[in-house]
Amino acid sequence: MRDKIFKILLLLSAFIIIIICGGMFYFLVMGSTEAFGHFGVLDFISSSEWDPNPDREQYGALSFILGTIMTSFLALLFCIPFSLPVALFNGEYFKGKKIATLMSTIVNLLAGIPSVIYGLWGFYTLRPIIMSLGLSEQGFGILTASLVLAIMIIPYAASLSAEFISMVSTDLKEAAYSLGATRFEVIKSVVFSSSASGIFASYILALGRALGETMAVTMLIGNTNNIPTALSDTGNTMASVIANQFGEASDLRLSSLIAIGLILFLITAVINFTGKMIIKRFN
Amino acid sequence: MRVFNSSSISWRQFKDRAFFIGVCALSLIMVAPLFAIIGEVIQKGYKQINLYFFTEIAPSTLDAMLAKGTGDIIPGGIANGIVGTLIMVGVAAIIAIPVGIMGGVYLAEKPKSLFSIIVKFLTDLIQGTPSIIVGIIAYSVIVVPLGSYSAIAGSIALSVMMLPLIVRSTEETLKMLPTSLKEAGLALGSSYTNVVLQILLPSAFSGLFTGILLAISRVLGETAPLMMTALGSSTINWNLENPTSAVPLLIWEFYNDPNLIELIWSSSLFLLILILILNLIAKYIVDKSVK
Repeated sequence: MRDKIFKILLLLSAFIIIIICGGMFYFLVMGSTEAFGHFGVLDFISSSEWDPNPDREQYGALSFILGTIMTSFLALLFCIPFSLPVALFNGEYFKGKKIATLMSTIVNLLAGIPSVIYGLWGFYTLRPIIMSLGLSEQGFGILTASLVLAIMIIPYAASLSAEFISMVSTDLKEAAYSLGATRFEVIKSVVFSSSASGIFASYILALGRALGETMAVTMLIGNTNNIPTALSDTGNTMASVIANQFGEASDLRLSSLIAIGLILFLITAVINFTGKMIIKRFN
Repeated sequence: MRVFNSSSISWRQFKDRAFFIGVCALSLIMVAPLFAIIGEVIQKGYKQINLYFFTEIAPSTLDAMLAKGTGDIIPGGIANGIVGTLIMVGVAAIIAIPVGIMGGVYLAEKPKSLFSIIVKFLTDLIQGTPSIIVGIIAYSVIVVPLGSYSAIAGSIALSVMMLPLIVRSTEETLKMLPTSLKEAGLALGSSYTNVVLQILLPSAFSGLFTGILLAISRVLGETAPLMMTALGSSTINWNLENPTSAVPLLIWEFYNDPNLIELIWSSSLFLLILILILNLIAKYIVDKSVK
């Protein structure tokens, strides 16, 4: 009897996960029906107009979708040249050594710093540097946001890819060494080729992180409702426009923000699913 | 004969060396942001940290302006934020820990069933969901029906973010335990409930505890979902149904108020130290259990 109740409790706890997911999807869809009904789904996604003026309210998500894609991909671009060396450092060159443990501790601590503190650091340290380099007048914008975003996603990309790199079979590597290959050649032709899909998946998951980052981006991107066309342009991402306007929004505007949330939810879900699937295949 | 034949051994060794140095150099550069951020927060924040910082509520803009006018340090502290963070994270932990551990036990016990595969997939989905979306949901599900921003809405948002981490860490830890442990318990005639509660969970304690610490440290600094649920409060609030402040919310408020800007660094320092301590404890436990 007691065992039965206990087993039901276990099942219920697992079931709560399904309820939460179902609830999330349901409330996002319900919240966005007003906006989608008013503008039409396709028009909402393809319009870049965002005008809260009560006389002629007009909302569209395009500039925020593009802002999100630009900042996230740029962040990924900045992230690769640093996360790959860190992954090699931890997963190949110093695998199992104390210095690799130290390095991975540092990288993990970097992952633990809250988004809002990254935002402060970006505002007070990085922004003046961007300004003094003449890259942007106010120091806000796509470039600043992407750089901070890159630092925020490097830990994820680095620790995941280090795991895949360290899993490469020693037999394969030794076979290459015995043919007279240098370490660099082993890494280039054995390690990379047999962990390529895992490394690729790490970057996809890191991209998933970047898409939804809110506070740091909100503090640095400049918050303007336009399609950014240059690195120095200000803009908004889906997450930052929600963070900025949610508190003051109601009715149609609130529904439009929730609709943007739904789009962001679906995009991150697809990206994360793709990454997880590649990893599953890899294993 | 060319000196740098692309296949000559010296050229190949040179490339090998250069690549290694490049990897080390770029890895070392990655260490810089951590120290830059921590250094800046300590350097700018330590002056404000005193007893009042922990016992008094955040000052009003006027008080801060007056203090700045006379050249004093800004009075007051972040007691309202500390209390709010403790309450909200505490309640979130009380909700998420039992559910997460039991869900994790279920997944570890029945790893191959279709139901478990779906639940695992959805756990990953929740874990990957941006925190701002969790905020939207908590707003629609709790703030709107209750008609007010509240600490409980914040707690529930945070518990949703903690849950997947606890479920997965419980599952992973339990999967690593030898099956013989469970079999021995059952063979001695103890009930399934007792085997789980008195044998499996205690043996997995260090793994579970680490997962919980990391989950807590992850939500401690969450700002966006709290902006949409707990809102913030200028007084210390103990009532779960009222709007409540939190340390990250205060950082956000100070950031937006030019007169209070000095306080962002001390608040960030406080938050950062708390998170670093939790992370280091978690790491210490992992290291110890590996040995």
